[in-house]
Amino acid sequence: MGSGMVSAPRDPGIDLRRLCVTVRQDIVTMIHNAGSGHPGGSLSAVEILVELFFRQLRLDPSKPGWPERDVFILSKGHACPVLYSVMARRGYFPVRELGTLRKMGSRLQGHPDAAKLPGLEVSAGSLGHGLSIACGFALGIRLLEARAPEGQPAGEGRRVFCLLGDGELQEGSVWEAAMTAAHGRVSNLVAVVDRNMVQLDGPTEQVMALEPLESKWAAFGWHVVPVDGHDLDALHGAFEECRSWSLSASGPSVVIARTVKGKGVSFMEGRSAWHGKCPDDESYGRAMSELESGED
Amino acid sequence: MGRMRPTREGYSEGLLAAGWESPLVVVLDADLASSIGSEGFGQVFPDRYFNVGISEQDMIGEAAGLALAGLIPFASTYGVFAAGRAWDQIRTTVCHNNLNVKIGGAHGGVSVGPDGATHQALEDLAIMRVLPGMSVLFPADASQTKACVLAASRHQGPVYIRFGRNPVPEIYPEGCSVEIGKADLLSEGRHLTIVAGGVMVSEALDALPLLVSRGMTADLINMVSVKPMDEDMLVSSAKKTGHVLVAEDHQDSGGLGGAVCELLCSRCPVPVERMGVPGVFGQSGSPEEVRESFDLTASGISRMARKMLERS
Repeated sequence: MGSGMVSAPRDPGIDLRRLCVTVRQDIVTMIHNAGSGHPGGSLSAVEILVELFFRQLRLDPSKPGWPERDVFILSKGHACPVLYSVMARRGYFPVRELGTLRKMGSRLQGHPDAAKLPGLEVSAGSLGHGLSIACGFALGIRLLEARAPEGQPAGEGRRVFCLLGDGELQEGSVWEAAMTAAHGRVSNLVAVVDRNMVQLDGPTEQVMALEPLESKWAAFGWHVVPVDGHDLDALHGAFEECRSWSLSASGPSVVIARTVKGKGVSFMEGRSAWHGKCPDDESYGRAMSELESGED
Repeated sequence: MGRMRPTREGYSEGLLAAGWESPLVVVLDADLASSIGSEGFGQVFPDRYFNVGISEQDMIGEAAGLALAGLIPFASTYGVFAAGRAWDQIRTTVCHNNLNVKIGGAHGGVSVGPDGATHQALEDLAIMRVLPGMSVLFPADASQTKACVLAASRHQGPVYIRFGRNPVPEIYPEGCSVEIGKADLLSEGRHLTIVAGGVMVSEALDALPLLVSRGMTADLINMVSVKPMDEDMLVSSAKKTGHVLVAEDHQDSGGLGGAVCELLCSRCPVPVERMGVPGVFGQSGSPEEVRESFDLTASGISRMARKMLERS
């Protein structure tokens, strides 16, 4: 098989809803085991990452540096537990390694360290960096693809995805990157905002209001796709719309995924207190059984 | 007086030369292209040129992404903005990922004199050299600046190149080369080691005859590679002379002087005098006037050298 033909299966043949439950259990277990971490913004992004890694990204877990892969940049680095879980479940590394999160010598650092774990594109943790990196990556891909020898089948070009937190949008540098991407019509770039409405100090609209968020992105020249960020079918449709938009070469698109912070664990949902708190043994037990029984 | 050329001219030439040498070289600007001279690259290689407007943080992030895609980006702006405004991006994105990003810090030191304190990069060497994996180059003239750009382009990993605005005397011939980690011994003497970088190299050269007239000779090291530093050259010179004087148009702590002291205090503890900007901000004036106000001149070096040697 030619390398250009490898891609993520559109129908992975596994139950993605069940997988989302497993990923949530991974997240809670990893953080409980580590004794610290950020459950809220990891739980809100589960469906987004499952859809990306199982149905959108062109990737090969056995070849993390495959030159034709699509690129995923996690800008909200504190949500790395969800990324680690989805990567492990996708086959990048053994699931048992999830138990090493935040431990000395682990490849699963408290915030992503790309030098340690193959498959991570870039380290992240200081907010407001990712969209610039993703845009530059997409510009670089576009430049190199334009140099491909004539006669080579063009196919679908590589794309770059960037997951941002909503609170993160308060960083001014995000909007610098938003301008650059629109100005350069960087249409192989897709941003995703995990719009869970809550940041460390409280509700985003109380700390520093972000609304009207859709019209902000639109005003910056982006194609805006709002979606229920916990509905896998809707997410799939949203990303397929972005795929079509990319082909139109008109500019970047952004999926604004309406989510619930701490989704799936009742006492964490919508609570800023669980932005960066580790569950004690009792909370952990409750969270795990809720997640198990919450499955239809 | 010999030929004078602004080091930014060397930067501009270096970008073009690097661009011809490698199709992977790309250039980013933040609305200072015509001031720095990097616009020339954009005219010759328009598809490899990105002006992101007045957004230094984004520029460094974009450069990081371009490096991840396999390109060799040079991102340039005034040193005070490059190193200062985008420091977090340089630290956590560029250096922590050891990305192949080259940063041009233009209008370094007080070379941008009349613009005043806000525009004078006097802390950039300190905050760049402290970053893990970052190489820091500090060329003395235009030809050497061009050579620094080429050396940076061929080097794998982040590099900060600090150069100036105004014409300075040409010391090196066109086509000279620079090796990261190697210094250049411009003169040999017995009594004193002078370590200089940037515009202070030519001032130090002018100081040498003043010293000779007083019966003193000096090693003069052009520390073009502030990091990694040419440790062996510095240590062997310090062992020979027993006195070290550092001159730079930068704060007198944390920069070249700081780097020299850090090395010598463990490998060859000898008296060191650091000539630089003494923990204050600059002010408007011609670059020469502002340097003179800090004694950063040939006669200032000569006076300090005499004072040092008289003490011992």
